[in-house]
Amino acid sequence: MCGIVGLFLKGDDLRPRLGELLSDMLITMTDRGPDSAGIAIYGDAASDGVKITVQSDDPAAAFEGLDAALSEKIGAPVTVKVVDTHAVVSVPESAKDAAVVALEERGLRIMGAGVAMEIYKEVGLPKDVSERFNLRAMGGSHGIGHTRMATESAVTTMGAHPFSTADDQCLVHNGSLSNHNQMRRKLAKKGVFTRSENDTEVGAAYISSRMADGASLREALEGTLEDLDGFFTFVTGTKNGFGVVRDPIACKPAVMAETDDYVAFASEYRAFADLPGIEKARVWEPEPATVYFWER
Amino acid sequence: MSVTLDMSQTPLREVNTTLQAAAKAHSNEPHVIVNARGSHAMAVGLDGPLHVTVKGSTGYYCAGMNKEATVTVEGSAGPGVAENMMSGVVTIEGDASQYAGATGHGGLLNIKGNASSRCGISMKGIDIVVHGNIGHMSAFMAQKGNLVVLGDAGDALGDSLYEARLFVRGTVKSLGADCIEKEMRPEHIDLLRDLLERAGADAKPEEFKRYGSARKLYNFNIDHAGEY
Repeated sequence: MCGIVGLFLKGDDLRPRLGELLSDMLITMTDRGPDSAGIAIYGDAASDGVKITVQSDDPAAAFEGLDAALSEKIGAPVTVKVVDTHAVVSVPESAKDAAVVALEERGLRIMGAGVAMEIYKEVGLPKDVSERFNLRAMGGSHGIGHTRMATESAVTTMGAHPFSTADDQCLVHNGSLSNHNQMRRKLAKKGVFTRSENDTEVGAAYISSRMADGASLREALEGTLEDLDGFFTFVTGTKNGFGVVRDPIACKPAVMAETDDYVAFASEYRAFADLPGIEKARVWEPEPATVYFWER
Repeated sequence: MSVTLDMSQTPLREVNTTLQAAAKAHSNEPHVIVNARGSHAMAVGLDGPLHVTVKGSTGYYCAGMNKEATVTVEGSAGPGVAENMMSGVVTIEGDASQYAGATGHGGLLNIKGNASSRCGISMKGIDIVVHGNIGHMSAFMAQKGNLVVLGDAGDALGDSLYEARLFVRGTVKSLGADCIEKEMRPEHIDLLRDLLERAGADAKPEEFKRYGSARKLYNFNIDHAGEY
């Protein structure tokens, strides 16, 4: 069991409240996943290039002087915003690959990267994770959250969702994949590598790999129905979009709500109870083996 | 007079204990649950003729094991609504999630919207009327009772069916193993007319098709011995 929440805003009015609304939804899903929690939030695009979100178990030491050291190493301007165990490192797009290598060499864990996306995830109760990153204060256009009850890999920061395997792309998952090791080997042959032992990360890498080959988000999500075996309710985020797909058996719960202002996803209706205008929203259950997505 | 139970003030166990005691005492006072907010397991295990209305949508397992009580959800219901119901009436004004009415022994489950997958799975005598559509694998291994669908049915309807009767007005995406279309005889028309009337459904029994078990899975077929 895990909990998923997602919120995609159609307009700008609710943007300042995105973090607040998503945090409340996330905390409501605590009893579906008390092991760890995470959120991918699509906020304002970095004015100066790409944002790389990194994590360290010893943030005081790891982030001290990181901007100057990294700037010297990659020969480009760097800004660092520290948020508890995470830091958002902004670099020019041309220096992104070198920056990722340098950050990993320094022992930092890469959570994700992108023009708009930031990822925050840690072990612990959703309430505590939300508080330590002050998720409530974050604004943005859309975001996805996950509360984890681990099955396929250890309860660690790297095992928490969302998983990001390409710029501005992320995936959260309720369920378990049974052919993830086989798919991991197939992807590795193509030069696509994952950072953890987790099954969901393989799903994310599969979607990213398909999109890198030219598939649309819809085609990549439809591909999961053919190529991934197991139980899944997937919610995925891209820079401009938000997608949902469930496996054909569809035993992992899912409910959606739509108003003029937003599209919301949750594992259970409870997570919607405080959304503005929910009493007038269209609420429905996404069909099995059917791809849904919204883009702006 | 009615009794209001506020889920934002009262713990779930207290709400259910209050309802169960009122049902046992044959209380004439209708009970209303407010601020439901998708909570789980509301109004379960009622054993007596009580009227309960839930304002708003419910989470998992609402009105489970219901006996004699009349429970109305003024919203949509989460997974497993009216599971193992024995008698009484459970009405869902909105949609019902997966396995609505699972293993139900009796009573009427009236779903005004759609029901998703596995509706009436392993039903054992319950009557289920769905005014909208139902999802895949509905009435899987259904043993007894009636499932009436005014809309369409998803894949594998009535897979491994026993003696439950399935009536569908719309299309059936596919029939499950051993489920076949059967003739609508006068007794089925009468049965369906009564069910539609009790559910307040605006449909004519003549518009429905009946599906039931071909009974070919009941016995081992010696011709298939080589396949094992």
